[in-house]
Amino acid sequence: MSRAALLVLADGRFPAGGHAHSGGAEEAVKAGRITGAADLEDFCRGRLHTAGLVAASLAAAAALGVPARELDAAADARTPSPALRAAARKLGRQLTRAARATWPSDELDALAREFPKGAHQPVVLGLAARAAGLGAEDAAHCAAYESVSGAATATVRLLSLDPFAATGVLARLAPEVDLVADAAVEAAGRVRGEGCGALPAAGAPVLEIGAEVHAGWAVRLFAS
Amino acid sequence: MHLDHPHASSTALSADARRPDGRRRALRIGLGGPVGSGKTATVAALCRVLRDELSLAVVTNDIYTREDAEFLLREAVLPPERISAVETGACPHTAIRDDISANLEAVEDLEDEVGPLDLVLVESGGDNLTATFSKGLVDAQIFVIDVAGGDDIPRKGGPGVTTADLLVVNKTDLAPYVGSDLGRMAADAKAQRDGLPVVFQSLRSERGVTDVADWVRARLAAWTA
Repeated sequence: MSRAALLVLADGRFPAGGHAHSGGAEEAVKAGRITGAADLEDFCRGRLHTAGLVAASLAAAAALGVPARELDAAADARTPSPALRAAARKLGRQLTRAARATWPSDELDALAREFPKGAHQPVVLGLAARAAGLGAEDAAHCAAYESVSGAATATVRLLSLDPFAATGVLARLAPEVDLVADAAVEAAGRVRGEGCGALPAAGAPVLEIGAEVHAGWAVRLFAS
Repeated sequence: MHLDHPHASSTALSADARRPDGRRRALRIGLGGPVGSGKTATVAALCRVLRDELSLAVVTNDIYTREDAEFLLREAVLPPERISAVETGACPHTAIRDDISANLEAVEDLEDEVGPLDLVLVESGGDNLTATFSKGLVDAQIFVIDVAGGDDIPRKGGPGVTTADLLVVNKTDLAPYVGSDLGRMAADAKAQRDGLPVVFQSLRSERGVTDVADWVRARLAAWTA
């Protein structure tokens, strides 16, 4: 594996559409649940251990070669909100395009044929990691980190939060990101024997409900 | 689906001139410029003039979701299925330049759903003087400024003013009321643009969007030649 390839894939500037999504932060800011760095950290910790853990395990399983069709169904089952499903597929489609251009591979081409309107983003992320010569641990780390980094940078824009404070939140969460990624890889390793039921199904009802509320707004800055 | 052609897989991702079924894709023209300079009004005027002679569609990139798309829908310049809004997370310049994936999908979906298309206009949300379109997204770009934004903008330059394929100086009818010197703007633009064309227009005049429409027709003729 190439450590630098991991940096390319994990770079917040990787052109796969993430910049237009807040990971639920926009709704949480408006509802008064995020007002500064301290509650941003709480919010991100909640995301990491729920949506982040699920995403990381899906990405790790995809990187291990579990069929995308099965993982995509598993992602649907773990995503009750239609708005979040739509956002995950939209981002998955954008990541498919960016990854195919960046690391051409037959597997990514096959994914694009099977899911012309996009598979769930973490599934695509795992296959992108595979195409980049990366492993399940790398894919899980990317997914877990993305689950908090997007919300943090969105909050900088939404609240004019001090960007150093937001980055400090991410740094403090880093050891937990490692733990979540480890747990995700462990679960993904059991899918071959036990099926996709081995993947974690940690849910965050407020994120799901908030996404539905957000999708109904007439005016918003972020797509989700 | 166009993705069924494996040999196109590495080239049909952004700027490729042909759709993977071999047909030439639509010409894509971007319109950018500062807030309030008249981008949406210019797009609306172009649609009214060109819709009877061309198959066209519009993609908007709003700062706040769908504002510009809804203006175009209210004005009924095109049927709703020919207008698509991309959400930009508060950064239209990112969506038109640094991360064009959402715009490429919007363009391709329009071609799939209402195509074949001759022309897609991609409008950026109002942004700053450095906002330009990626060549992976558009084939040509128009930068729209207006006389009320200050007659020193052409002199200040910036990538939009100096490199856009067409510079439009809009709202010339307002020049006497805001003290803008059109002659100076024309001279500054000429000096900054190294021979690239400039159009002065007032959409309230009888001539309206004629010059820009003629420029678009010429680009389209070159594209399909």
